[in-house]
Amino acid sequence: MANIESALLNIGYLETLSSQQTPLQRLDPRVKLLTTLVFIVAVVSFGKYEVTGLLPFFIYPVALIAVGNLPPAYLARKILLAAPFAFFIGIFNPLLDRAILVHLGPVAISGGWVSFASIMIRFTLTVSAALILIAGTGLNAVCLALDKLGAPRSFVMQLLFLYRYIFVLTDEALRLVRARALRSFQGRGLGLKVFSFMIGQLLLRTLARARRIHLAMLSRGFEGRIHLLRPVRLRVQDAAFLLGWSTLFVFMRWYNIPHLLGNLAAEFIR
Amino acid sequence: MSHHLVEVKDLKYHYPDGTAALQGVSFLLTHGEAVAIIGANGAGKSTLLLHLNGCLMPQAGEVRIGGLPLNKNTLSHVRRTVGMVFQDPDDQLFMPIVYDDVAFGPLNLGLPPAEVDQLVKDSLARVGASHLQDRPPYRLSGGEKRAVAIASVLAMSPDILVMDEPSAALDPKTRRQLIELLKTFKHTRIIATHDLDLVLDLCSRTIILKDGQVAADGPTLDILQNEELLASSSLEKPLRLQGCPVCRAKSGSAD
Repeated sequence: MANIESALLNIGYLETLSSQQTPLQRLDPRVKLLTTLVFIVAVVSFGKYEVTGLLPFFIYPVALIAVGNLPPAYLARKILLAAPFAFFIGIFNPLLDRAILVHLGPVAISGGWVSFASIMIRFTLTVSAALILIAGTGLNAVCLALDKLGAPRSFVMQLLFLYRYIFVLTDEALRLVRARALRSFQGRGLGLKVFSFMIGQLLLRTLARARRIHLAMLSRGFEGRIHLLRPVRLRVQDAAFLLGWSTLFVFMRWYNIPHLLGNLAAEFIR
Repeated sequence: MSHHLVEVKDLKYHYPDGTAALQGVSFLLTHGEAVAIIGANGAGKSTLLLHLNGCLMPQAGEVRIGGLPLNKNTLSHVRRTVGMVFQDPDDQLFMPIVYDDVAFGPLNLGLPPAEVDQLVKDSLARVGASHLQDRPPYRLSGGEKRAVAIASVLAMSPDILVMDEPSAALDPKTRRQLIELLKTFKHTRIIATHDLDLVLDLCSRTIILKDGQVAADGPTLDILQNEELLASSSLEKPLRLQGCPVCRAKSGSAD
């Protein structure tokens, strides 16, 4: 129960972060969304044994965290929360793929471990980019950007409604859970059967609320289309943000910078 | 100003489960009147309100708004004329931020953006909520939500305001502010409520609903002092019209 509550507070915290006044938050949401997409595509398009080539990409989350005044520890905790998914996707690679790929001095590293590391790095990069997008923009603005970029209106509205009513819904669920806890003794009444009644109850309440919301929309002239009034225009810094980062990502995708640096250093020593 | 008229003639409504919610309700409201609809739980208040802007269609009888009968063809006109403030502001504030929510109605009416912007700002200022413009609705207090819900209806420039339990779940001070705000409105106002002291402050006329029928219709002061009538409709005198327990005890000890 406390977990649901603190999770909700956390969503609220992301919203607070996104309303800060820094150069990052002031950027047009569309360019942040597009840049994040380019970043993610660049990161996931690497070959499965790539590790060194991915490392330069950390500059993007690090730079944005610094500019956007975002709390790194908080974001790291959020990433850890999702880490088990990536971990279990990658963890079988070392068992299945035992061919030795690299020798680090006396230590031989199998292809499985390399690809596992690659998966974890990609996961960290993409999830942190997505989190930074939300924390630096706010979900509502991201949805608006999706809309302006031509995503289907019904999809965008679904997302907005979900975000609007998740709080109301969890509040309602929380009240149900509390009401049950207060009248349950020695574990009686906490079983699956009661739980299934509660889920049903929650569904009915939600349907009733959906009906009332629909009536409220109709009362204000809703005719199947939701209009949003939000003039947005691109400024020079927006375009610069998008072009600058995208160029860098493409560059880092084609040239393995650590490799180049290594070669350069070797050249120099020789 | 015939477009402020609200006429309900022998209105009947049965819910699909067979419950007869309204069994022949009739009344006529004129321009600028503030009318309270009171009655026990389940007397049909909410069902009646839902008919006034076409959320429900009459099964028998007629609803006329500003001289026009309520039907499918007049629906959009009626909805523009009658602004409805729902009981739970969470049902009414469905857009991501306050500004969007207040702009929702005017944009649906197809007004040009510059005009909508002005309407939104005016409506929010009218209810004293201009500072909430960029906030998401779930971050507002109960009183703020109520104020914004009213602004979102005002933005449609309705001639008639219909409110379901406007003072429910408000703290006394916020409730007082709401009453003061509603006093300043010139619209025809129809308020369904259990808050009889609010009725005393706001409404010159009162209609009592009982079992889906009009049990009484007349000046508020007359109706709210008729204890027999009130008791038979599961109501009681407004607290301010009842004897003050402190004063009564004092006068008792002096005797």
